[in-house]
Amino acid sequence: MNAVPRELSYSQAIQEAMALAMEADERVILMGEDIGVYGGAFQVTGDLIERFGPDRVMDTPISELGGAGVAVGAAVTGLRPIFEFQFSDFAALAMEQIVNQAAKMRYMLGGAVSVPVVMRFPAGSGTGAAAQHSQSIEAWLGHVPGLKVIQPATPYDVKGMLLAAVADPDPVMIFEHKLLYKMKGPVPEGYYTVPLNKAEVRREGGDVTIVATSIMVHKALEAAEKLAEEGISVEVVDLRSIRPIDRETVIASVKKTSRLICVYEGVKTLGIGAEISAMIAESEAFDYLDAPIVRLGGSETPIPYNPELEKAAVPQMPDILAAARDLVRGVR
Amino acid sequence: MASEVIMPKVDMDMATGKISKWFFSEGDQVKKGDVLFEIETDKAAMEIDAQADGTLRNVTGREGIDIPVGSPVAWIVAAGEDVPDAAAPPPAEAKAEPAAAPVDAAPVAPVVSKADSAGGAVRATPLARRLARDKGLDLAGLSGSGPHGRIVGADVLAAGAAPAAACAARSAPAPAVPAPGPDAALKHFPDDSYTLQAHTGMRRTIARRLVEAKSTVPHFYLTADCRLDALLTLRTELNAAAPSVDGAPAYKLSVNDMVIKAYALALTATPDANVSWTEEQLVRHRFVDVGVAVSVPGGLITPIIRHSQAKSLSAISNEMKDLAARARAGKLKPEEYQGGTGAVSNLGMFGVREFAAIINPPHATILAVGAGERRPVVLQDGSIAAATVMSVTLSTDHRAVDGALGAELIGRFRAFIENPMSMLV
Repeated sequence: MNAVPRELSYSQAIQEAMALAMEADERVILMGEDIGVYGGAFQVTGDLIERFGPDRVMDTPISELGGAGVAVGAAVTGLRPIFEFQFSDFAALAMEQIVNQAAKMRYMLGGAVSVPVVMRFPAGSGTGAAAQHSQSIEAWLGHVPGLKVIQPATPYDVKGMLLAAVADPDPVMIFEHKLLYKMKGPVPEGYYTVPLNKAEVRREGGDVTIVATSIMVHKALEAAEKLAEEGISVEVVDLRSIRPIDRETVIASVKKTSRLICVYEGVKTLGIGAEISAMIAESEAFDYLDAPIVRLGGSETPIPYNPELEKAAVPQMPDILAAARDLVRGVR
Repeated sequence: MASEVIMPKVDMDMATGKISKWFFSEGDQVKKGDVLFEIETDKAAMEIDAQADGTLRNVTGREGIDIPVGSPVAWIVAAGEDVPDAAAPPPAEAKAEPAAAPVDAAPVAPVVSKADSAGGAVRATPLARRLARDKGLDLAGLSGSGPHGRIVGADVLAAGAAPAAACAARSAPAPAVPAPGPDAALKHFPDDSYTLQAHTGMRRTIARRLVEAKSTVPHFYLTADCRLDALLTLRTELNAAAPSVDGAPAYKLSVNDMVIKAYALALTATPDANVSWTEEQLVRHRFVDVGVAVSVPGGLITPIIRHSQAKSLSAISNEMKDLAARARAGKLKPEEYQGGTGAVSNLGMFGVREFAAIINPPHATILAVGAGERRPVVLQDGSIAAATVMSVTLSTDHRAVDGALGAELIGRFRAFIENPMSMLV
């Protein structure tokens, strides 16, 4: 007798993970702008302030540099802060604390301290929030040794990965696509973790591998569904973590299908697709490639405010369809 | 800088193109914007311009053969510049005509060619190289089915399995034309009793699309007779009233123009029938774009009158004349014949009384129009009189448009035809 799996939205799954972590460990605290009484810019923290009080759910002043710095300091002194940026774009303001402090402190102090901070970044386009509130900047942070950078694509994963991030002794950056917040999916009750270094094969196939991140996973799955009707069998790999990248899963998939498309919302140039392409070219999977690798990434433009242009600036399902058809039919 | 001239992709589905005519030859000076050559795609002819100034060199794209999209066909070089190494573009079909494999019947064109061996290097994918190494095959002896003659994994696998067959088409969801091979048909006729004519791209496209439509779209048919007398009278009056522009009347309406308008208005009044079927959802069109079948040398094509519900009769008439003339000259742009929300096919001018047309997806309906002819009709009071009557048959995609809805549509069409003044207001 199987119970019908319980469904939660992506944001509910995050909230549940934070509540579980706080119940289990007194050192876990939440910090961020408007996360207390207001419940968070995207209502992700909700009423946690009522359950855990203002000492553990702390509204920080409007200074990302200051807030992130306090969070990093708190982590070094033994707490386990989860710091929310209202928009991932504001990471730019806190770059010093993230890149020069959090990422390097364990190394520079010879392992004497670690920085168990978790930073949450609402990311991505599609909400009409224009150029300064719609970026996909995960590759910026993915470039920094010392950080872990993850992009959960499902409610199940975001809960399990956030709990794993809290338990991790080093700084973990979580990029949460804003359009995913309302997406629902099965989420088990209770505590569980999802590893921070494993990709997930979301759909098996034989003709072409699509490695996708975050919301692109869903677009890739939708494209795969349509392509299946045309006789094109697509394997969809949800990368989940961009630092570290799960080489094994990606390489195994490319060896199986011989063709690779990378789909990500961040700007194409010097992005995640470039890293994955290079990784494949350097690996034993090179000898299995039967076509050029294709990258589908964001356009060379800030994200436009106009909704049609906003859509056009990042890969959409039909772009994935077209690329896969071209690749499998030998046009590329 | 030397610039490579390639076979362009001018159409979404285009896999190969055929150069029908070069306007320049080896060594000619060309200027940016000059028409270099004309290509024949599956559906239309297009002129391709030079993208740079310079001398035309290494013209390898021969006329009359199918050339894969993206293949080099020539180079334009500046004075004193060397021609880069370039091999002839591979023909898309290795077999002599009549081709056994219809190129555009399958999404994967079995492009067969000798691998491009410029500079002695064989163009092959890493997978093909690894397979060849494992099997002890020499890549130089293989033919490549990939772009630019690139040898792909399937080519090596095919070569390993049967050395004679150098090319294997990749597994493909082929909407194959279930026709017997040419050999099977030929054996029924004495050798000297026929000549063979190769299929044109357009012929193959028509064959493929119609087999697809007739075998996958469940058609049903509704026929109605329309009294034409009022429409003919109105047409005469309207044409007589045409203002003169440079000594010629500004418009000359045909019955077909009025049929197009009536059908557009009928579709507008029946929005549930102005739809397209897709597996996931019903596409409900906001505008009425009527395709009109036009017979052209060697086939037919269906240019589209966009937003025809909003256009006046004279605008439809003039646009139709222009589209038909350019269709016959093979000069339509893809966007002028792709899409559409319904269609009209008129064989009345040939004296055909009535017929049923095959739906041209993504349309859900097509109206087949017969000749207006004098027929006896029974009047209200039971007496018999002569009238001009035109029979029309509506073919409908039953997945998207049911019988009663089709009947509504054809009823509205008849109402517009029989009360033609209502089209003017």
